Amino acid sequence: MDPRKCQNCQNEATVHEVTVRQGVRVERHLCESCAQEAGIPVHPSAPINDLIGKYILSQTQGGIVAPTTASPASPTPAPAKPHACPGCAMTFAEFKQGGLLGCAECYRAFETQLSGLIERAHGGATQHLGKQPRRMGGGEPSAAREGGLLEERARRQQLLRQQLEEAVRAEQYERAAKIRDEIHRFGDTGRTA
Amino acid sequence: MEPQPSPWLPSDEPTSAWLRGDGPLSDVVVSSRVRLARNIAGHRFVNRASREERQEILDRCRSSLLHAGLSERIMWIELHESTPLERLMLVERHLISKQHARGKVNKSLGGSPTDEPRAVAVSIPDERLAVMVNEEDHLRIQVVRSGLSLQEAWIEIDQVDDKIESGLDYSYSSRWGYMTACATNLGTGVRMSVMLHLPALKLTGDIEKVKKAAADMCLAVRGFYGEGSEAIGDFYQISNQITLGKSESVLLHELAGEIIPQIVEYERIARRSLLAKRSTFIEDQVHRALGILSHARLLNGEESMQLLSQLRLGVVMGLIKTVDLPLVNHLTLLSQPGHVQKTSGKELDQDQRRLARAALMRARLAKP
Repeated sequence: MDPRKCQNCQNEATVHEVTVRQGVRVERHLCESCAQEAGIPVHPSAPINDLIGKYILSQTQGGIVAPTTASPASPTPAPAKPHACPGCAMTFAEFKQGGLLGCAECYRAFETQLSGLIERAHGGATQHLGKQPRRMGGGEPSAAREGGLLEERARRQQLLRQQLEEAVRAEQYERAAKIRDEIHRFGDTGRTA
Repeated sequence: MEPQPSPWLPSDEPTSAWLRGDGPLSDVVVSSRVRLARNIAGHRFVNRASREERQEILDRCRSSLLHAGLSERIMWIELHESTPLERLMLVERHLISKQHARGKVNKSLGGSPTDEPRAVAVSIPDERLAVMVNEEDHLRIQVVRSGLSLQEAWIEIDQVDDKIESGLDYSYSSRWGYMTACATNLGTGVRMSVMLHLPALKLTGDIEKVKKAAADMCLAVRGFYGEGSEAIGDFYQISNQITLGKSESVLLHELAGEIIPQIVEYERIARRSLLAKRSTFIEDQVHRALGILSHARLLNGEESMQLLSQLRLGVVMGLIKTVDLPLVNHLTLLSQPGHVQKTSGKELDQDQRRLARAALMRARLAKP
């Protein structure tokens, strides 16, 4: 599939959506009008609450769908206890209402629900690039669990190389040059803990 | 280093770094600002923390910020102890957000918004550095400079960040970067923004193209007071929205190296073209603005911002030589409601402010 063309009408694709559901990656490349028809938010600067709202609608797992007017005759089944963050006891429904997470732990607790939202808010990015605290390990327990600094650096390099390939494919040579510089910089003088 | 005592008394003279009217491309770029969102490991985010926990966060931050050697003099202002006028003035000086001035109601946890434990640390007298404590994140660090100086502002804030971190552990993950209460700030937690003065593009209508192009590049275009504010006086704030997967250096290069200089050039072309094709119209506009500001007896806030915007255009285009840019910047600040009241030394209603504002303009613009 040529990501530059709309998969429906072959116009120039301006909306690119990547979703991962149950481990399966699905890509959609659409022009603005086809994207609108498909109900994908086309405005990149859509407020976070809109994004959250639209994302929630596409989710069908129990406990997080908007409440509907249930018929009083049918007895409501006892709702399954909503999954809460072990760090601060926030539920996903509460997050949905306020738009803010309760603690750092929430990101792991709601990872499946949040990953699509985070990707959309950040132009498809899923991995941090940039500054790191001087004292690693003090921040988040997962930093130590997920592996050492070398592994981290290797992952960064891999991600940057992917971005570089994409930039070259899209003939964005200036951007490619910058990414290349970044690869060199990270490879040579990445900050250590 | 001892904190300076509150209540906070702003100087009558322009001391804020961003008011100086110098720095690169300052004919169009008023100021550059970089801010970092940071949270302390082991604490819940502000919206989820109890009052006691917020107080604890505040105390920890206070001691760290005042002992980190961030600046020669740091003023620590506890907003729940301050007056509404002081908070308004801090907003007008871009040292705190409107949200931070208001406080935030957390209904589930009780308490009234104005006495939420929260503060701001400000470097004085230059006000270049401001650190909000207990806003949306535990720490919101900002550095502001005059003109297009994002690079300098970044270098400075990077050092400040390291110093603060020497006394506090930041919440960080190797995958998601700096952990923030809102997922839109995740990653670098960095927001780089520039305040642009774009009167010519507004006049030609090309401002809409700039807005559209900015949106396509995932940049936000906001008004004079940031999020949710309107563009008053043809001032626009442009800032990044993406914070994950893009390093600070790449973002800096994109904004300061490419995008902003292009918008500046676009505005300059529009100004030159206006001067070439409609010189009488432009000259009339800017001199008329100076005339009204120098002689009016009543001025409301919006009108004076609009007139000051035209005056600024006249000054940077060399059409008005009796006024300089630092004075225009200073008047822009002094014409804000909080500053008008502070200058008058008493609380004023809207009508009284119009009178006081006009008097203030006349006095400052009077020929020596």
